[in-house]
Amino acid sequence: MIPSIPQSRAFQKTYTVYVCLFFMFLLAPLVVVAVFSMNDSVFPSLPWEGFTLDWYFADNKERRGLFHDGAIQESIITSLMIALFVAILSVTLAITNALLFERYDFRGKQFLYSLMLLPLVIPGVILGISILSFSSGIANTIEDSYGLDLEFLRPGLPLIVLGQFVFISTMATLVISARLRKLDTAMEEAALNLGASRFEVFTTITLPWLKPAVIGSAVVAFLMSFENFNTTLILAGSDSPLTITLFDRMREGSTPVLNAVSTLLMAGSGALALVSIFIQRK
Amino acid sequence: MTGRKLSFYLLLMPLLLTLTLLILLPQLDMLGISMRERVSYGVYEFSLLHYREFFTEPLYWNTFLRTAVMSILATALTLLISFPVAWYIAKIAQGKNKNLMFLACLIPFWVSELVRTYGWMILLRESGVVSGFLQWIGVVDAPVEMLYNDITVMTGLVYASMLFMVVPLVSTLEGMDDSLVEAAYDLGGNHFTVLRTVIIPYAVPGIVSGCIVVFMLTLGNYLTPTLLGGKDSLWFTEQIFTQFITRFNWEQGAAFGVLLLCLSSLIVWLGLKLSKQSFKQALASET
Repeated sequence: MIPSIPQSRAFQKTYTVYVCLFFMFLLAPLVVVAVFSMNDSVFPSLPWEGFTLDWYFADNKERRGLFHDGAIQESIITSLMIALFVAILSVTLAITNALLFERYDFRGKQFLYSLMLLPLVIPGVILGISILSFSSGIANTIEDSYGLDLEFLRPGLPLIVLGQFVFISTMATLVISARLRKLDTAMEEAALNLGASRFEVFTTITLPWLKPAVIGSAVVAFLMSFENFNTTLILAGSDSPLTITLFDRMREGSTPVLNAVSTLLMAGSGALALVSIFIQRK
Repeated sequence: MTGRKLSFYLLLMPLLLTLTLLILLPQLDMLGISMRERVSYGVYEFSLLHYREFFTEPLYWNTFLRTAVMSILATALTLLISFPVAWYIAKIAQGKNKNLMFLACLIPFWVSELVRTYGWMILLRESGVVSGFLQWIGVVDAPVEMLYNDITVMTGLVYASMLFMVVPLVSTLEGMDDSLVEAAYDLGGNHFTVLRTVIIPYAVPGIVSGCIVVFMLTLGNYLTPTLLGGKDSLWFTEQIFTQFITRFNWEQGAAFGVLLLCLSSLIVWLGLKLSKQSFKQALASET
């Protein structure tokens, strides 16, 4: 099973074929999505009618491509805004959490740490409904007793941001803590001995050291937010993010425009993936 | 020293606020809602009506059981399918090939779940690629509908979870010294005994953390059963969604939420007990 152990030819062949099949299984759904976004037909299915980029660029009665579809573009912008907020909030909390758990010892630390991990094992739908019911409860109470309608406590962008932030910040905390653990504390102590304030130590020693992890987790946070579905579905209000818009359209029936959007999404996240790999290598 | 104290409290604040406002209070609130009954407009009373409803209505607990069983099955299948691949990446593939294969396993993570499910719809529908291919090679002579059944849902679930299994397995197996396996063979073990007594015990941490994450993701999945399973696919998250959003019966939806959370905690706890792992270890090897 390892190269140093002799194996029969047949076994090795079967094994290689299996691994190849696995990767085909992995890539097949993604490839067909991209390929059928360029099919010259009104349905994203066989037969192949020839190559076209209509589903990206056309703007006429029968075909309206992705770049002329107002609803989709609006929801892309909505998603981008949500993802930006989630990434900034999550990384900020992750930095403070990492400093807290790696640099301080206090009573109840283990308990707090386990609590912090909890969002990773609560299903997204449940995170969504609990936040929805809690915030609506507060909003109703305030409305009944003060006659104020607090819009941000109702389903909509702020709630989506909070709902996604809960579990994405946990992920970011794990990544940034792992990096902070590798920083030699002697560096920080030396800076303190040389007369730097705590804040100066943080900005000149700790933060530069954390930079690759911060950027990496910001990219992943952005992407996780952009692609999140379960929590978002529950908390979405009238202006829906991209995944929700796509889901609604998919249930109505698929058109190659959906393939075009999906392909664009894959290209976008592929580019982001490359950026984050590049940054983490450095 | 006061500076250190102050910065400690400043660092503690954001975490406490997040945990209290976005996790603890909402979860408790959900528990509270699940245990009340609406008597008249704005008047509620303590009652276990919605839990009773769950146990008396066969549709509900059938869906619950079905979701649990299929999630466990999907987790087991994912483990079986991923293990040889993880082994190949960790031990057999070399250099550039190895990195490339590992990256390929990560691709589904970078692509939205929605897009992946959509891909399966295009592959498997009546006018889809697989149906077309089968007709072309002459296995069948009319289009076949492969969507909207349990096997398809299972395929989708396994596909969606693959990488969460492969990644922890690869990182555990990479830490294993090849000489352990060589020694086992030298001592006369065959493939099966080496796998059972050396490799699998070594890989337990990776297996456990992979299984926990995959199980949680499958249990909480909404998209795959809805889109690939069609109208008759029953999945518990769909029930929660229907109660909450479509029927506006929050009490019932909250009760379902609590039940699902209990189920997932129970199974995760059992898994950790059986494998003698701690929650923290299990999640730590995921990153």
